Amino acid sequence: MSGSPIEMTKDLTIPKLFLSQCKRYGNTKVAMREKEFGIWRPYTWQDYYDNVKSLCLGMVALGLKKGDKVAMIGDNRPEGLWTEMAAICAGGIGVWLFQDCMMDEVKYIIDHSDAKFFVGETQEEVDKALAIKNDCPKLEKIIWDDPKGMRNYQQDFLISLKKVQEVGQWMDKKEPGLFENLINQGHGDDICLLFYTSGTTALPKGALLSHWNMLTMGKNLMAVDPCYDTDDFVSYLPFAWIGEQMMSISCGLQVGYTLNFPEEPTTAKEDIRQIGPHVMFAPPRLYEGMTRQVQVKYIDSSWIKRKIYEFSTKAGYKVADLKFKKKPVPLAWRILHWLAYLLMQKKLKDHLGMSRLRHAYTGGAAMGPDHFRFFHALGVNLKQIYGQTEIAGISIVHRDGDVKFDTVGTPIPETEIRITEEGEILSKSPSVFQGYYKNEEATKKTLVDGWLYSGDRGFIDEDGHLVVFDRSKDVMTLRDGRPFSPQYLETRLKFSPFIQEAWVIGDKRPYIAAVMCVDYAVVGKWADERKINYTSYQELSQKPEVYDLVQKQIEESNKDLPEPARIQRFVNLYKVFDADDEELTRTSKLRRAFVENRYKDIVSGLYSEADVVHMDTTITYEDGREQRIKMDLRVRNVHL
Amino acid sequence: MANAKDLRGDETILKIENVHMYFGRVAALAGVDLEVKKGEIHSIIGPNGAGKTVMMNCINGLYKPQRGKITYKGEDITSRRPHERAYLGISRTFQKIELFGGMTVLDNIRLGRHIHLKSGIVSGSIYAGKTKQEELESRKFIEEEIIDLLEIESIRDHTVHMLPYGLQKRVELGRALALNPDLLLLDEPLAGLNLEEVEDMARFILDINEEERWKVTCILVEHDMGVVMDISHRVFVLNFGNKIMDGTPNEVQTNPEVIKAYLGEEDLYATRR
Repeated sequence: MSGSPIEMTKDLTIPKLFLSQCKRYGNTKVAMREKEFGIWRPYTWQDYYDNVKSLCLGMVALGLKKGDKVAMIGDNRPEGLWTEMAAICAGGIGVWLFQDCMMDEVKYIIDHSDAKFFVGETQEEVDKALAIKNDCPKLEKIIWDDPKGMRNYQQDFLISLKKVQEVGQWMDKKEPGLFENLINQGHGDDICLLFYTSGTTALPKGALLSHWNMLTMGKNLMAVDPCYDTDDFVSYLPFAWIGEQMMSISCGLQVGYTLNFPEEPTTAKEDIRQIGPHVMFAPPRLYEGMTRQVQVKYIDSSWIKRKIYEFSTKAGYKVADLKFKKKPVPLAWRILHWLAYLLMQKKLKDHLGMSRLRHAYTGGAAMGPDHFRFFHALGVNLKQIYGQTEIAGISIVHRDGDVKFDTVGTPIPETEIRITEEGEILSKSPSVFQGYYKNEEATKKTLVDGWLYSGDRGFIDEDGHLVVFDRSKDVMTLRDGRPFSPQYLETRLKFSPFIQEAWVIGDKRPYIAAVMCVDYAVVGKWADERKINYTSYQELSQKPEVYDLVQKQIEESNKDLPEPARIQRFVNLYKVFDADDEELTRTSKLRRAFVENRYKDIVSGLYSEADVVHMDTTITYEDGREQRIKMDLRVRNVHL
Repeated sequence: MANAKDLRGDETILKIENVHMYFGRVAALAGVDLEVKKGEIHSIIGPNGAGKTVMMNCINGLYKPQRGKITYKGEDITSRRPHERAYLGISRTFQKIELFGGMTVLDNIRLGRHIHLKSGIVSGSIYAGKTKQEELESRKFIEEEIIDLLEIESIRDHTVHMLPYGLQKRVELGRALALNPDLLLLDEPLAGLNLEEVEDMARFILDINEEERWKVTCILVEHDMGVVMDISHRVFVLNFGNKIMDGTPNEVQTNPEVIKAYLGEEDLYATRR
């Protein structure tokens, strides 16, 4: 961290830190940039301060009191962050919702959290709020930001963000010093954020996090991998994800690096490339997406480019593997690696927006070892983060030069890890949360004597690294009695660019089977090149040629696995798993119990002699329309 | 979709009087009268070959009617050339997309702005003073008003012919708007679009018509009766070059003559989505 280190006391709060950083940098440094109308527009710390102040006082004038919840939904943009900061400054509690939340989820969270204000970005979010307003009596005001399409909305509980700021400016003139007073009333043990965990099994639970939780987490991560106030960070993942809060709020505020907001979610990739961030934290699916993109581009490119790529990755893998084993790299390989860097890696990293990247983190779900090796072969310092929302996002991380692709690393400072006799991972640190909101029972189960029960199974290896096996309830038993992680098999399968999602079944069954979802874009293109006709995902997935292709990918991943752990039968699903259908959580984790129940016909088909499974099901579209699907799915055996 | 808000004034922006247009002995328009009020969405409907596009071409000057008079903002424009009408503020989109396929989205839209640029070759190559200011203003207008409105940020640098049809339609609307028109002729803007794209496009048309910034009067030729009846203030029904009626969507939907001419004996709502 640059400049004077921040003294972390129990009295420190996020707003107090915010205030001191604004004073320190003022107009001399850019706090954030947003790409708008095709141009990167800077906001200095002074602008950050002014905006948060007027928003905070505006909300106070509208009736926000200490401890009131402010629900927020929208894309990543400065206004979103200002609102969150303003709510916290007023002593309120921020509740973020995922942008793509369905109506039921929005209703549940707004109602359960007792939110008083709802802040939405556009007409779309306002419509969601209006639809649930009658069911959530505690909701008082709906605040919107983007005026587009809002001209016909006249309800008096609707107010624009600009108007709130105007009210705030008026309030500031009336009561100067009120903003600083409000901030000074805060204490580190106050709750600042209420996070709804996605929940692979039940309804979302609201985790309460205090200022102290958030700040110590940031401090301890920065102690491992320092960042500097000259760094750039791109904020494009949902604020409702703890990882984004960690980087944008906890670390961002402590270090003072510049946050960059893309123009639109659709332009994020290009915008990241323009910024070239120094640090990046994303869930595995984003890295998986990048790998797939590279693999597909490779298939499409000319002969000479393919050869250069092959040579360079070979050198990259060789050097990366030596580094993983902590062996010295011979001079000849070093020269070849340098050549590989010049010929390929430099350009590829630039395209992925990784040319200035110092640390890349992945977390939130399991990442396959193949993906891990892929990025290290490219010279990207990708590291695993392990943690839960309940511990403010992080307890374990890889250290530079000590990365093992099958582990998640070692604890950050002030953090202890213990494994119970059953193999459950427990952790303890100043960042452990304050309990679940209005859910005593769950709190008691999760939080015992300050130890956080994760529900994950794992062990500590000979180097002191934590290995996370899987969720305890997901660990399956092979027919020879050995435990096995379905997630591990799935991440292996997903290394193939053709496979988007996979679901592995086989707990206490005679063999392992899988339900596969092909990647529509990649397999579709593959089919076009082979003149295979199809009109929809459904039809494409059932083509015999596509079955051959998927079978090949499974056989590839079956290699070097013990015989009982190999996949023997599979089905191509007629759709991709989707969070809107409750098959995945909002952070893209498979909800096994749910899919097991939903696709029980397929499961029984996989464990019978049948060649075909008959499906008869109803699917619901986002706008509520329903469609009945009747179709036959083939079941295919894999050669062992 | 909510019914269109009534923002019309009494002022007439366009008046067509007794316009005749013949191709050989075929009468495409046989004495048509139409009055468009400022601020309204005035739709023209009719079966295929009714003369809808011919009417659009007469308004924007691609065709010169053999007889009749067209008045725009009180000025007789019957003998004005198309580019002169563009200067006066009449802009249009085409039934079949007429974009420059090899150019980028941004360049296509900029082209629509061309008539408002005053600087010449010499000052343009220096890029200073007035020229610079003009360029900056033009950029601001295109980025903040058009690209933002039509939500095409992610494709601004893409070549047009690589884009899906629905997006090309949007770009064409963008180019028409770059002219900053007072009267916009939309020739089947919804044809060939999927349901979602239709909803988007209908919203854009409403935005252009209602938004304080734009307030553009629109003449809409369209076959999608659902959208036409939802967003139009007035509907003009044409058949074989003759006006059948001109009235509010309600009046048109209940007029037996319209139902007969336009849809045979079937229910007008048969074509509603």
